[in-house]
Amino acid sequence: MSKTIINIKNLHASVDGKAILKGINLEVKAGEVHAIMGPNGSGKSTLSSVLAGREEFEVTDGEVDYLGLDLLELEPEERAWEGLFLAFQYPVEIPGVSNMNFLKTALAEKAKHKGLEPVSSKDFLKLVKEKSQLVELSDKLKNRSVNEGFSGGEKKRNEIFQMAMLEPKLSILDETDSGLDIDALRIVANGVNTLKNAENATIVITHYQRLLDYIIPDFVHVLHDGKIIKTGDKTLALELEERGYDWLVKDLV
Amino acid sequence: MGMKYTEEDLKEELKTKEYEFGFTTDIESDRAPNGINEDIIRFISAKKEEPEWLLEYRLNALKVWQKMVEPEWAHVTYEKPKFQDISYYSAPKKKKELKSLDEVDPEILKTMARLGISLEEQKKLTGVAVDFVIDSVSVATSFKEKLGELGIIFCSFSEAVKEHPELVQKYLGTVVPTGDNFYAALNSAVFSDGSFCYIPKGVRCPMELSTYFRINDSGTGQFERTLVIADEGSYVSYLEGCTAPQRDENQLHAAVVELIALDNAEIKYSTVQNWYPGDKNGKGGVFNFVTKRGICYKNSKISWTQVETGSAITWKYPSCILKGDNSIGEFYSVAVTNNYQMADTGTKMIHIGKNTKSTIISKGISAGNSHNSYRGLVKIGKGATNARNFSQCDSLLMTDRCGAHTYPYIECENSTAQLEHEATTSKIGEDQVFYCKQRGISEERAISLIVNGYAKEVLNKLPMEFAVEAQKLLEISLENSVG
Ligand SMILES: Nc1ncnc2c1ncn2[C@@H]1O[C@H](COP(=O)(O)OP(=O)(O)O)[C@@H](O)[C@H]1O
Ligand SMILES: [Mg+2]
Repeated sequence: MSKTIINIKNLHASVDGKAILKGINLEVKAGEVHAIMGPNGSGKSTLSSVLAGREEFEVTDGEVDYLGLDLLELEPEERAWEGLFLAFQYPVEIPGVSNMNFLKTALAEKAKHKGLEPVSSKDFLKLVKEKSQLVELSDKLKNRSVNEGFSGGEKKRNEIFQMAMLEPKLSILDETDSGLDIDALRIVANGVNTLKNAENATIVITHYQRLLDYIIPDFVHVLHDGKIIKTGDKTLALELEERGYDWLVKDLV
Repeated sequence: MGMKYTEEDLKEELKTKEYEFGFTTDIESDRAPNGINEDIIRFISAKKEEPEWLLEYRLNALKVWQKMVEPEWAHVTYEKPKFQDISYYSAPKKKKELKSLDEVDPEILKTMARLGISLEEQKKLTGVAVDFVIDSVSVATSFKEKLGELGIIFCSFSEAVKEHPELVQKYLGTVVPTGDNFYAALNSAVFSDGSFCYIPKGVRCPMELSTYFRINDSGTGQFERTLVIADEGSYVSYLEGCTAPQRDENQLHAAVVELIALDNAEIKYSTVQNWYPGDKNGKGGVFNFVTKRGICYKNSKISWTQVETGSAITWKYPSCILKGDNSIGEFYSVAVTNNYQMADTGTKMIHIGKNTKSTIISKGISAGNSHNSYRGLVKIGKGATNARNFSQCDSLLMTDRCGAHTYPYIECENSTAQLEHEATTSKIGEDQVFYCKQRGISEERAISLIVNGYAKEVLNKLPMEFAVEAQKLLEISLENSVG
């Protein structure tokens, strides 16, 4: 049996006193891909933010075990050092900070806190070369300021490039497919599939079935109003594509 | 009082005269009694064995200053210095005279080390001549011989008065006249020491000339005087850096810097400034009132680059008078204020000659409860045909409690001028910080990355090794500052 990467139990979270996550239960094991689908506003990004440790979300109940650690007790950067990666729905621009400098800093900080030697410039450049090919990121983009002036698709590709560089154990992709044309979608999916192995796990958040043609999920969960209301295999995604979410919601009442 | 005023005369006078401030020190003292008046000026001038013309210059400045009123500004409030409680001259004890840089005060070494640059490294850095000004008197000079071979003069101001009086007399006060402003007048009366630099015709100075200043003695005002002359067709890059140890008392610093770029000459003047800004509650800290100005003759260029992180109060407008046709003035500035610091900085670009160009890039960073103001003047004179200016003033706010203010003034008397102005204000994004954290970059490193990215255009203008130092300085100044 493969080991559990993350186990979310009865997770409740709110922002500004408004409850958004209302009891999430989800276990993800090594080697698995889980898709989380659901209408806009159902709490998908909130779930990813809470797992990444964003402070404005208050966890009001529940627990999260991540590789044997109490995830909710860790600072966001500590979660990152432990291999949790979030590909943002809206990647942030950092003017004047080159992509390379940003990643080098990230790798150096992680090495420092893991008590490892920082990666040498030579190895770093080798890694950059290898990983950027994966998502077909041009040299021009690599050397530009982080996400500054990137198109929507370039930003998403840059997220997957960063993910490749950081070699996470758990990757959460928040609507990485939105705003991508079909070619970019294929590139991103190909990157994700290449990085997938028996030791790591991926949570793919999306509200289109489209991405799941390329990244085949082991499980599909439907999130509605802060709760997972249905879980199935990849055929559930197709069903949702055809019928929408309403039939599931009606079932609830 | 006769024209030949000796120390003996002074001693005599001190015994008898009305010293309202409890002056008992004997003339052997290396410290002037507190207060300012004609006798103090004579004391300073005598101590420094100055020529008559310089004593006259000082006495005239005192008269001018006494008639002036201390200025007030909208966004800078502070307890006014008590000018009669300050000692206007203090020399280091003789035994402190340093034969080598290794004998420098450990405090300096510590600060340098924290900035990642130890003095030993400094010394080794090729192409950097370091001239220390510790408490008003130069105590160490290096690389002098090498410079001497090229005819470059780089020495303390006092030394220049002794060795090159004709140059000092010709240029002193020609860019910043005595009556220019309250603090310039005060400086002209009581300036203690500073640096002097002369680059002869056609000479390209092969190394960065660098001076480290610091305040040493408690309660000692600092009145540095700097004069840089680049003769026709010459080039020099000059760096001024300051480190100051912590202290409780407010300290007044009123420097005057004059730059002269003769025809076809270029001066790059960079400052990394780190005066003690006061503690978290705004107590203590240095008052920094500086007059910096350069004059450009034909086809010449002056660039001011500054990274300001220090001082309780900073009031500073490095400026360029673009007198000669085709001359260029540049101002690149990063000013950081934190806690209760107040800064009112900016520049003046005075276009007089034809085809003159100026560029202003100002990056303000406000944190804590601080106030950071940019005040700039671009003036295009009648004769300044085809003058051009580009100004960009950006403000970055680290908290909701700090303030950024921008006051760009334009006076244009020639319709052929092309002026562009851009301004932005942004709050440091929690989104940006979180994004960095999610990638494993701790908050402090994240802020440093973001801030250095924001200030990059200016940092890039600094000489390499100082850019590194400046980045560290920004990092230290903004520790725990997002909120
Ligand atoms: N920072 C916030 N402040 C207030 N409400 C928020 C905030 N973030 C999300 N919400 C609310 O939480 C709900 C879920 O949002 P979100 O997690 O972004 O949904 P999804 O990603 O599924 O579209 C929405 O009603 C949204 O308005
Ligand atoms: Mg979302």
